[in-house]
Amino acid sequence: MWRYTVRRLLQAVPVFIGTTLLIYAMVFALPGDPIQALAGDKPVPENVLRTLRDKYNLDDPLLVQYAKYMWGLVQGDLGENYTGQSVSEMLGGRWAVTAQLAITAWIFELLIGIVLGVWAGLRRGKLADTLVLGGTTLVIAVPVFVIGSLAQILFGLRWQIFPTAGTDDGWPMSYLLPGIVLGSLGLSYVARLTRTGLAENLRADYVRTARAKGLSRTRVVGRHALRNSLIPVVTYLGVDFGNLMGGAIVTEGIFNLPGIGQQVFQSIQLKEGPVVVGAVTVLVLIFLLVSLLVDLLYGIFDPRIRYE
Amino acid sequence: MTSQRGAGGGARLKAAGLAAVALAAPFGLSACGGGDAGASDGVFTAGHSEPDHLVPANTTSSYAFDVISELFDNLMTLDTGGRAVPLAAESVTSGDQRVWTIKVRPGQRFHNGEPVTAQSFADAWNNAAYGPGAMATNEYFSYIKGYEELNPEGRNAEPEADTLSGVDVVDQHTLKVSLNDPFSQFPMLLTYPAYAPMPKAGLKDLKAFDTHPIGNGPYEMDGNWERNEQIKLVAFSGYTGPRKPRNKGVIWKSYSSADTAYTDLRAGRIDVLQTIPSAKVAEAKRLLGDRFLPRETGTIDYLGFPVWDKRFASADLRRAISMAIDRQGINKAVYNGDYIPADSLLPAIIEGHRPNACGEPCTHDPAKARQLFAKAGGFSGTLELYFSNAQPTYAQWMRIVANSLRDTFGIKDIQFRQVPASDYFSMLRERGEKGPYRQNWEADYPSAQNYLENMWSSAANRMGWTSKAFDDLIAKANRTADPREGIRFYNQAEDIAIREMPMIPLWTWAGQGGRSENVGNVTITPYSTGLVATDVTVK
Repeated sequence: MWRYTVRRLLQAVPVFIGTTLLIYAMVFALPGDPIQALAGDKPVPENVLRTLRDKYNLDDPLLVQYAKYMWGLVQGDLGENYTGQSVSEMLGGRWAVTAQLAITAWIFELLIGIVLGVWAGLRRGKLADTLVLGGTTLVIAVPVFVIGSLAQILFGLRWQIFPTAGTDDGWPMSYLLPGIVLGSLGLSYVARLTRTGLAENLRADYVRTARAKGLSRTRVVGRHALRNSLIPVVTYLGVDFGNLMGGAIVTEGIFNLPGIGQQVFQSIQLKEGPVVVGAVTVLVLIFLLVSLLVDLLYGIFDPRIRYE
Repeated sequence: MTSQRGAGGGARLKAAGLAAVALAAPFGLSACGGGDAGASDGVFTAGHSEPDHLVPANTTSSYAFDVISELFDNLMTLDTGGRAVPLAAESVTSGDQRVWTIKVRPGQRFHNGEPVTAQSFADAWNNAAYGPGAMATNEYFSYIKGYEELNPEGRNAEPEADTLSGVDVVDQHTLKVSLNDPFSQFPMLLTYPAYAPMPKAGLKDLKAFDTHPIGNGPYEMDGNWERNEQIKLVAFSGYTGPRKPRNKGVIWKSYSSADTAYTDLRAGRIDVLQTIPSAKVAEAKRLLGDRFLPRETGTIDYLGFPVWDKRFASADLRRAISMAIDRQGINKAVYNGDYIPADSLLPAIIEGHRPNACGEPCTHDPAKARQLFAKAGGFSGTLELYFSNAQPTYAQWMRIVANSLRDTFGIKDIQFRQVPASDYFSMLRERGEKGPYRQNWEADYPSAQNYLENMWSSAANRMGWTSKAFDDLIAKANRTADPREGIRFYNQAEDIAIREMPMIPLWTWAGQGGRSENVGNVTITPYSTGLVATDVTVK
């Protein structure tokens, strides 16, 4: 298992170099002048434009720019954006916000999703099952923008249970409502995966054997059927954690949480290569790490799986 | 050179998002600060978009001005009527409009205790005008003698000097400023945020100054700029100027979405919002009642012509197009009827505005337009209309304009050229447009000169239009000491531009803000000063 882990970690190196180059090239290929993009809808004086283009190597060819960027990166310097702010400073606070939001959403979809899935799975074809299936279909069908705005107006503005927006109240209060909104989609998938897996496994031979041995119902469901049903759920939860970290642009916008998603979105608009590459690279690393963890977890859920 | 104070035209919060704090501590980070806005501590909250910089010379963003105008006292400021009045200065005078003598009011201190002297202004201006510093407002200092030496032409050219030869510190409280040309509007220019003074500590470490600006204004920073979250200001106890705050402080909250800022205003989590997104204006009028705060602005939208292109060389054709456009109809269809159709080249809030100065060329009259169109010899080929994607409303009204031109003149082949906002000005600079293009102007300071010289003079305009008579009149007005006489010359220049119509004035924007029940006496000016924070009372 150790050899396996080390090999997987080493694979991350070429992936890292490949993604940074790819992202850098894509940002480079975006139309528009980054210095002009900073100024938005107003002209930039000629001499300022010239000085800034020189300062940030914007007139160099792509590969030279990328090499200069990577040279800084190996020295631990993520570079600056085009207003002279250090990228590591810019991203630092935003990772904290994003992590709090993603973990809140993730815990929500994990706990509630599995509970709902088990509930529906055990009562296949009954009212509980129909309710869960109908409810999750609705959540999947409605865009997160609608769910978010609605939740904000109802729970924040009308009933004042949660703050409408911002990070003023800290964790957990400020992150509960956005976390639930963000996690609602994942929750639907988790509940459906758990439900289907459980319902299927309950009819499997080994469950019948366990029942025949006279094991209690809790033990049959909890230890035998559910554990096996969780493999696809764990796979999904792993991938989804990466999504939650990087893909919360809409939710962060509605609830005014200054997280990574918003930053990447703005930086793409402003053509801020170093910021986009910095943020996305970390996201890629998180993805790699989580998928490694997921693969290692399989062994716990299914003793038949071994690592070479 | 315009700074965009959001007004009506859709989601206007643009931000260069930024953040600080270390990477670790995912859960330890819970920002403090009142959950309930305002409350009894005498501090109120206002929502806006994240500024780019807080060094006065390095920003033209109205969101930065919100904060800077409260942290700094410029030599001159604008009263609510838009006239320049002394603030940190005792007097600003000139005999020939070229050499200006400025007396700085003694006894002022920066927030760190350093005295405010003539040198504090000279230092800040030299820093702003120094080319290699690449300050965003660099060009605003080109009026001053010696600017060329600090900004040599050509790549990698080293400046010969690092101080403006035209700025002379006579004694501790006297500045003598020599300009390149006589400029009667210099006191107005001094109200622009870039002309704020800087303490020695700021010049030594510009980066630290950006996160914690040390000014001489009625408020000082309460802690550092919390990027993307908030900027907290408290009343400065050592303030001796005329803008004594009627509250204990203001917290500027950053929003990345205008809609969310508006929801927070409704929830009472912020007390003042200067820009309500245009889609929510009708609702806000109904819900906020007398807490809805509409205002006129000084931002004009234009349709410019590339007059170097032969097809647009005829003034008759340009006037014909102007008369084919139904300004009021577009205003009703796109802007809830809140905008003001242009009847002059100057907005109503500017001194020198004459109602209906434009007259017939700015009225919708398809029959007359057709006559002029025929007289000009018509138009052949593809008519391309240029606008940026900064606002969805641009495309909406351009479509209406295109329909009018099609119906009025029978121009069949009309194409839309929507250009990314980041490319739009580069395109105009390189004369890449092959047809009428959209542009707007929000004044740096409310003077007729700022509109006319920046948008229409031969040296500055983007249309390629040249008129010696126009330039001469502007120069004459700039030399004139008597304001009333000066405006007479500006108006004469305006009449020439109207006659030639190289660019069509369309309408003036409207601004819509709102306040919570916690605060009173909220005034939002249409100038760079924006919200008059010092006047706000907290219940």
